[in-house]
Amino acid sequence: MSQMSVVEATNAALRQELTRDPKVFVYGEDVAHYGGMFRVTDGLLRDFGADRVIDTPISESGFLGMGLGAAMAGMRPVAELMFIDFSLVAMDQLLNNIAKTHYMSGGSVPVPLTIITQGGGYRGAAAQHSQMLEALLLHLPGLKVVLPSNAADAKGLLAAAIRDDNPVVFINHKQLFGAKSEVPDGEHIVPLGQARTVREGTDVTLFTYSYLVGMGMQVAEEAAAQGVSVEVVDLRTLNPLDWDTIAASVTKTHRVVIAHEAHMRCGVGVDLSHQIQSRLFDELDAPIQVVAALDAPIPFAKELEDVVLPSPARLLEACLGAVRG
Amino acid sequence: MQEVRGSSPLSSTTLFSIFFADACLRVAVLILNLSLGPHACKLAPPMETSQRDEQFYRSMVRMRAVETELLALSSAGQLRGSLHLAQGQEALPAGAGAALRKDDYVTATYRGHGYVLAKGGPLLPIIAEILGKAAGLGGGKGGKMHLFDLEYGILGTNGIVGAAVGTAAGAAWAAQLQKTDRVALTVCGDGALNQGHVSECMNMAVLYQLPLIILCENNLYSEMTPLSRSHGDVNLAGRAAGFGLNTAQIDGNDPEAVYQVMSEAVNRARTGGGPTFIEAATYRTIGHYQADSGIGYRTAEEVEAWRAKSPLDHWAAKLGKRAPAIAAEEQAAVRAVFEEAWALPGPDPLAAGTQVFA
Ligand SMILES: Cc1ncc(C[n+]2csc(CCOP(=O)(O)OP(=O)(O)O)c2C)c(N)n1
Ligand SMILES: [Mg+2]
Repeated sequence: MSQMSVVEATNAALRQELTRDPKVFVYGEDVAHYGGMFRVTDGLLRDFGADRVIDTPISESGFLGMGLGAAMAGMRPVAELMFIDFSLVAMDQLLNNIAKTHYMSGGSVPVPLTIITQGGGYRGAAAQHSQMLEALLLHLPGLKVVLPSNAADAKGLLAAAIRDDNPVVFINHKQLFGAKSEVPDGEHIVPLGQARTVREGTDVTLFTYSYLVGMGMQVAEEAAAQGVSVEVVDLRTLNPLDWDTIAASVTKTHRVVIAHEAHMRCGVGVDLSHQIQSRLFDELDAPIQVVAALDAPIPFAKELEDVVLPSPARLLEACLGAVRG
Repeated sequence: MQEVRGSSPLSSTTLFSIFFADACLRVAVLILNLSLGPHACKLAPPMETSQRDEQFYRSMVRMRAVETELLALSSAGQLRGSLHLAQGQEALPAGAGAALRKDDYVTATYRGHGYVLAKGGPLLPIIAEILGKAAGLGGGKGGKMHLFDLEYGILGTNGIVGAAVGTAAGAAWAAQLQKTDRVALTVCGDGALNQGHVSECMNMAVLYQLPLIILCENNLYSEMTPLSRSHGDVNLAGRAAGFGLNTAQIDGNDPEAVYQVMSEAVNRARTGGGPTFIEAATYRTIGHYQADSGIGYRTAEEVEAWRAKSPLDHWAAKLGKRAPAIAAEEQAAVRAVFEEAWALPGPDPLAAGTQVFA
């Protein structure tokens, strides 16, 4: 084990996979010579050379389309999208092409393309650099979507993503980049589609992911002080979902809060809430609560951003409310 | 009719140096071929002109026969979906296909079935897919706008204007990174040049010197809108030259011209000479799709004038007495495949939810 930041752990996964498989190459804006806007690709050019680590122009649609073609032609490309917000200029490639190719080809053309990116707010980056867009990517079938909440998962999930024969979008959170925690040395894989129960509880389950896992843990402490036992489940992978872990926890606590930083409308919380109530209705002792961003763009000023994005206070209120009604 | 240019500015010196460089390349390749044997440097197989004439004619007649069958089915209400035909444009896939190896990559448009046929794969799985059958290339999940066949390098016909250019550029990138001499061809329309994605890819093709050929079928219209109402500058090759691609403007109704300029572009790409943009003048003598008569936004005279330039008719005339027998043979073969494909079972409905992921 070593103490590593999420940035270092992400970098370690890239190194691990570049070393292991000559088909892997890493590319994107500022990734090679500069080492990445957030240092995720620091030193890779020096250590793996110009055929494996490549700078691109600011052409997200073009370079994601090229990642698709390279993946179809036998490579395992890893593209960095500097901000997930910029995926919006490449949605045709992502959703009409990358996500659909395997299906449209009748399963004959795998697309082992990984897209690493980062999203999230709480830093005053305003409406075009603070978003969590996982719901957009999940709405259309064909993309796996992964959001680590800590350094060990960043390393293990990214390695699994790169080895997966499907397109995977791996979304770090900018607030977590510097967060250090223990990371296994050597080869480390966290299989896609496995949630993790990060805190056992008995009264209510908080399903969450990414930055809100840490916030949820803090809230669970406060709730415990008030006599409410919160189970915290880090979903980690949103497609595929780990339904077994979800169902087991619902069957145990019978009360559910789903929390995410992305907007409420048509989001992951609303979707998961439907799945739980339609499949486990008899298990539920209270209405499912969803905590999400208000349906307004992410504002700049702190006073405003604090209102729009989920806060510990809102999470706590939801957890207590689920139990006390 | 055919004019080859280097990157702008276009001067006689650049022209000369390009021809000179090209000539050197050909000599070098010849020497390589002679010294290393036929398998060492796998350039397009040389073909006698007379052999090519027959091959082009066969290819064009086959494509027309496929379209004739499809049109009949569509008119009878027996074919699902949109049908974008390419009558009048058959010289392009015929010439381009002949310049490629089996292991080269191709992406094309919703109108690109001709390139899939010309790549040489078996006809039955292609037709079965277009008819939505389980034995089709995509098991009935793709249809005519989404034809994939990895074995023959077909990385997709595509329903999104311009989108397939990135796929081909990426395959070319892979070929380069893998240090193979494979090349990628992408086919797009005149209208596709107005997609930002295409501009992004042209820039990267030059930046990385990708072994990519962009064959632009300039049929003067995007859907029902003429170039003059959609392009600020109708010089499409000029636009590509602005990005630094090698460019050529050719008569797209002459399969021999298409073959020649494609072969040059392919050889250049195989030997590290970078990407080429080919603007091919052509015309679809049929509507944009099955519900478009092709008249109204175009005058009957204009259509007639281009019909007179039909590559199929010209090559029939060129082959003379041999043509009818070849045409009959191809048509019969296509007919037989359609009959066989029509009788095949459709996909199992339970397959609808499968293969979303590998
Ligand atoms: C992104 C996108 N916009 C619009 C369309 C609808 N559309 C289909 S074909 C076409 C015309 C394209 O013209 P061109 O590129 O010249 O190709 P052609 O059809 O003439 O072969 C349009 C607008 C589409 N399929 N994709
Ligand atoms: Mg056109």
